[in-house]
Amino acid sequence: MSINSVYTQIITDAARDKTNRREIPGAQFTLSGVNPSCGDEIAVQLELDTQESYASLAEVPDDVVITDCSYLGQGCAISQASAAFLAELLTGKTVGQARELRDTFLGMIKGSVTDEEALDKLEDAQALAGVAKMPARVKCATLAWHTLSE
Amino acid sequence: MNRQDFPTTALTENDYPIRYFDSGATSLRPSAVLSAIERSSIHNNANPHRGIYTLSVRATQEYEDARRTVAEFINAETEEIIFTRNATESLNLIAFTLPPVLFQDKTKNNIVIPISEHHSNFVPWQRFVKSNGYELRFLYCDKQTGDIPDSEIEAKIDEGTAIVSFATVSNVLGVHLPVEKLTQKAHSVGAVVILDAAQSVAHEQLDVKALDCDLAVFSGHKMYGPFGIGVLYGKKELLDKMPPFLTGGDMIDDVTETLTTYSPVPYKFEAGTQNVTGAAGLAEAVRYIKNLGYDAIAEEENAVLQYLTEELEKLPFVTLTIPSPTVPRASVVSFSMDDVHPHDAATVLSEYGVCVRAGKHCAHPLLDYLGVPFRATLRASLGVYNDTSDVDALIHALKETYAFLTKTSKPV
Ligand SMILES: Cc1ncc(COP(=O)(O)O)c(C=O)c1O
Repeated sequence: MSINSVYTQIITDAARDKTNRREIPGAQFTLSGVNPSCGDEIAVQLELDTQESYASLAEVPDDVVITDCSYLGQGCAISQASAAFLAELLTGKTVGQARELRDTFLGMIKGSVTDEEALDKLEDAQALAGVAKMPARVKCATLAWHTLSE
Repeated sequence: MNRQDFPTTALTENDYPIRYFDSGATSLRPSAVLSAIERSSIHNNANPHRGIYTLSVRATQEYEDARRTVAEFINAETEEIIFTRNATESLNLIAFTLPPVLFQDKTKNNIVIPISEHHSNFVPWQRFVKSNGYELRFLYCDKQTGDIPDSEIEAKIDEGTAIVSFATVSNVLGVHLPVEKLTQKAHSVGAVVILDAAQSVAHEQLDVKALDCDLAVFSGHKMYGPFGIGVLYGKKELLDKMPPFLTGGDMIDDVTETLTTYSPVPYKFEAGTQNVTGAAGLAEAVRYIKNLGYDAIAEEENAVLQYLTEELEKLPFVTLTIPSPTVPRASVVSFSMDDVHPHDAATVLSEYGVCVRAGKHCAHPLLDYLGVPFRATLRASLGVYNDTSDVDALIHALKETYAFLTKTSKPV
């Protein structure tokens, strides 16, 4: 069944693992997103290694390092796993790398990025590739990642 | 039952027969309706109300016959039936054209709706009051029974109330609203009553005269008819006072460079080329329901509904959203699965051919108010094609789904 390729152990484990589902007290950015098809809300928090203050994430230079990343909110297994993968992956990366990883992830779900070398950089988040074949769940998988574009 | 009338029931998913439990969102359509659409598309394919040639005359006749059929169906006068795209458009038409009439009375300052309303009977009113400072008041229901307490009705509907608008049946709670009580109270303070019959018209008689509602709306696609055709009923004297909604062709008597005079009702509310095939399909759906008869429909559906609720109650991991209704349930049941998000459950259920709705059901304020886990539910709703074998398949799939998503047993 195709369902087994989506609800894999790695995804259900990530959805239940709440390590990075927490509030970062000193977070510079809290980026929230709503899935219009179900109303689920997710917020991604970023703590950056910079003294500057920026009005939006878009203004932050590529070389600034993300020192901590977390997410808040409830949702389905797919959106929770996706947010957990994101938080895990972005911690310690630069903002520029985060932007690239976001584009790769969204490309993977759209089916436009298939290059294995690029996909490998997504680490565990690659487990969500199967969602590309489930149009009804694409918004769940991309919810957390889209907040990075706000 | 009537399964053989509905070609979609013959479809399969992963070799499982389709088990359709989403009639609350849209019903399946019987062969008779599909044939009527095709017949009308071939034989009456012309612009109604315009051409002089026979084909156009037939298109006009087909459309006006459909209006008569719908009028009889809900015990209205023919000119009190306006065709729209769906219940949502009907409600928007009302929300744009009724308040200017009613709020001329300066003692009026509020509109009352239940918290359980579908967004289509929520957002248009919220938008209206935001632009002018009138008050939108909510009737809150009891979370166990789904009932709106009398005290709530007495407290919220007052002399300042201009409009009381509510669904006959909530599309989430599956409870019947107290139509008579609300109508009486509303009329006692001089308020206009709008009934959203979208969830009930496929299951129960809508008699606009007996209910004494001032306006009523429903969609063809939830009552075995085609997409894209809906109905607005209004008492003639009220419709006469309401200004047009959309303007343009077909709805005018005359147009000069500076002035337009409008057609009488119902035509003044039907701008542009109308959906003749939709009306033909809807009329056929009405005949389909009439042939079965509401008594027979109720008897069959209630038996399936009772079996469904009993079987759901037996599942230890399932909680019904309204556990103890005081009035008989309508053909809609919402429920939650322990620790499983409704979207995940619906995805896995789909693998077994089971079609249920999951989420907030276009009623976000209600789901927020209920405070159920994940602020979302699963919803199974019935049509005349469902039987107990569908329920058995649903229950089996629910058990497998729960096991799969919580991994308490072998995965599927
Ligand atoms: C109670 C109720 N009102 C209105 C609507 C809106 O119907 P439509 O989308 O056909 O306009 C629905 C549909 O889900 C409904 O259940």
